[in-house]
Amino acid sequence: MATEILMPALSPTMEEGTLAKWMVSEGDTVASGDIIAEIETDKATMEFEAVDEGVIGKILVAEGTENVKVNSAIAVLLEEGESADSAAATSSEPAPQEASEPAAETPAPAAEAAVPAAPISPAYDSTPDWPEGTELKQQTVREALRDAMAEEMRGDDTVFLMGEEVAEYQGAYKISQGLLDEFGAKRVIDTPITEHGFAGIAVGASFGGLRPIVEFMTFNFAMQAIDQIINSAAKTLYMSGGQMGAPMVFRGPNGAAARVGAQHSQDYAAWYAHIPGLKVVMPFSASDAKGLLKSAIRDDNPVIFLENEILYGRSFDVPVLDDFTVPFGKARIWREGSDVTLVSFGIGMHYALEAADKLAEEGISAEVIDLRSLRPIDYETVLASVQKTNRCVTVEEGFPVGAIGNHLSAVIMERAFDYLDAPVINCTGKDVPMPYAANLEKLALVTTDEVIAAVKKVTYR
Amino acid sequence: MAARKTKAKPNISAQELTQYYEDMLLIRRFEEKAGQLYGMGLIGGFCHLYIGQEAVVVGLEAAAEEGDKRLTSYRDHGHMLAAGMDPNGVMAELTGRIDGYSKGKGGSMHMFSKEKHFYGGHGIVGAQVPIGAGLAFADKYLENNRVTFTYFGDGAANQGQVYETFNMAAIWDLPVIFVIENNQYAMGTAQKRSTSSPDFYVRGEAFGIPGEAVDGMDVLAVKAAGQKAVAHCRSGKGPYILEVKTYRYRGHSMSDPAKYRTREEVQKMRQERDSIETVRSMLLTGKHASEEDLKAIDKKVKEIVNASAEFAKDSPEPAVEELWTDIYA
Ligand SMILES: Cc1ncc(C[n+]2csc(CCOP(=O)(O)OP(=O)(O)O)c2C)c(N)n1
Ligand SMILES: [Mg+2]
Repeated sequence: MATEILMPALSPTMEEGTLAKWMVSEGDTVASGDIIAEIETDKATMEFEAVDEGVIGKILVAEGTENVKVNSAIAVLLEEGESADSAAATSSEPAPQEASEPAAETPAPAAEAAVPAAPISPAYDSTPDWPEGTELKQQTVREALRDAMAEEMRGDDTVFLMGEEVAEYQGAYKISQGLLDEFGAKRVIDTPITEHGFAGIAVGASFGGLRPIVEFMTFNFAMQAIDQIINSAAKTLYMSGGQMGAPMVFRGPNGAAARVGAQHSQDYAAWYAHIPGLKVVMPFSASDAKGLLKSAIRDDNPVIFLENEILYGRSFDVPVLDDFTVPFGKARIWREGSDVTLVSFGIGMHYALEAADKLAEEGISAEVIDLRSLRPIDYETVLASVQKTNRCVTVEEGFPVGAIGNHLSAVIMERAFDYLDAPVINCTGKDVPMPYAANLEKLALVTTDEVIAAVKKVTYR
Repeated sequence: MAARKTKAKPNISAQELTQYYEDMLLIRRFEEKAGQLYGMGLIGGFCHLYIGQEAVVVGLEAAAEEGDKRLTSYRDHGHMLAAGMDPNGVMAELTGRIDGYSKGKGGSMHMFSKEKHFYGGHGIVGAQVPIGAGLAFADKYLENNRVTFTYFGDGAANQGQVYETFNMAAIWDLPVIFVIENNQYAMGTAQKRSTSSPDFYVRGEAFGIPGEAVDGMDVLAVKAAGQKAVAHCRSGKGPYILEVKTYRYRGHSMSDPAKYRTREEVQKMRQERDSIETVRSMLLTGKHASEEDLKAIDKKVKEIVNASAEFAKDSPEPAVEELWTDIYA
């Protein structure tokens, strides 16, 4: 039977091209691999080869024709012995045009992620993180992180830790204290200062059946490795059609420490939260650090676990339980209130809670929500709170453009517009690289006073 | 030290040798003062002292010509002083004041001087290496006949971008000297734990870049090696690698417990190999200088350093408006 030769797509973006030259004439016999035409795209002139063998029955598009659509018929190929007439008949059939772009016609299924559909009355999970009456002990965030890793390493031989100074030095910030002693050099591995390389090796190890925990000395240095984190770890599950992914954790201190200047003081929360395929958590308290890190190690996805140097030494209540975990996507209400909702995460919670205390003295009752995980985000808890307080201020340390608060504002506007009595205000770090000078550094960071001022603005006080 | 010593010692005058003594001493005293000010809370954040490594920059600066460029990591105070930057401006940056080289906005790790062709102060380990090659690229492009000294550590020498840079510097014959300051430790990691082969100076071989190991505790050996490297680069033959074997006496930064090495190891190096002591005894035994001469230098250096500390304390903090300046050109 006669077949149509279609205009080929010669680059991923090509939609049409010029049929520059025919290298064959009607009646010529061609074999597969013979060059039959030259086709010009906007980028180059390419030779076009026959795929099948046969006789060129009819040339449908003349040499020199411009704007020939990809996938339109340009010639008819006859099998040995077929006549050109039958070819003409074939060519009058409509060409299967646009076969290459079905996606443009079919609307993509609504993204499940960002904004779930339910309009009002968000149902949120308000169960406490641990049962009432559980014994509690005071623990620093540092100890909680170490315990989480140790517990998971005891329970699963495939979990290992790698990073700079994690083993013999016991961690640049002493998070991995004691782990080398307990688990040995096979599972607690010092790397050279080669972030891109060891992040990639860890991704490969996760493909190979292990559960790596990669410690970045700080997340500033993860920028050396961000290609492996995003292009390899985050996307492989999708690109492989679900066959293989990267069950691993990238963790380390994130955000400003103190006086360490522009290259060492950056909050990556919004950066990583932007990426589908990653999960992102950013604990404030020690119990969350522990419970979320254990969940992260068990999770079958790459998890970005953002810690904070300033919080490492802070103590909090941690439940004394054999296996305490905190699920992703569940915010924690630290303080109930009725006048305004303060939403924050990580070290931002420090400012939010401090502001709430001071506001209480002035008779303003703030509800304070710790998101804890930024991907997934617990929108329901935030929306339920905003429907109660009708006002919202977000607090975070990162830059203002493309902040997590921006995203929350959009969601609140979409889903709770009628409940708002004032625009949502985002308190963020300033839109400047971090200065070294002590006075300027204070100004660059978000402050409790700014949070208080924002609350007063939205409550019209 | 295992370093293959550069044999040829330059013919050097007493005056020059005395100058190196003074230059090295300035760095040492300056760093000691910075350590003190850190302890007093006047300097914050990270502060990486250069004590022990002084002969490296002083020797290489002696091989440089006006207009040659240099850049390094966060351990940068010594490089700046050796390049002729003003101790007052460096110290005021350390205290985060307006008269610092970066108006107090950069800090210990991030200082720059266009005038002295010092291109930073880089906080990300290894990042300065391609940038150094880029400066050399510009010089070659502009036919400036200048050489760029790109300093980095033994730890940095393992970063991938270093080898990408070696390759391009070799392909394009860039006039860049890669100075690997091998002080044997990257934070708490001894070199032998982080590198698969003991020598860095051979790491250019695969790219056709000549390399040489130099005793970095010997200022004259460093100078001689530097001159050779400079001549190579300036004559258009492309990049050159110097692995300078040195030692840092202090912790990695101010907050380093330094449990990864023994006190004895540090003491031995200080007592047997100290670059400043070596030059001092050369000057005295060769009768190029008297105790009095050297005392006078010590006094002069101390005065410069004390003055810089006073300057750095008195200089005001940057005005609040400075938060918002210099973000865009
Ligand atoms: C990309 C990156 N990773 C990690 C760090 C943290 N860090 C700062 S200095 C340092 C050690 C570098 O050692 P080396 O290159 O030998 O230089 P030295 O400090 O000995 O001068 C490390 C790991 C960093 N600044 N940048
Ligand atoms: Mg080193």
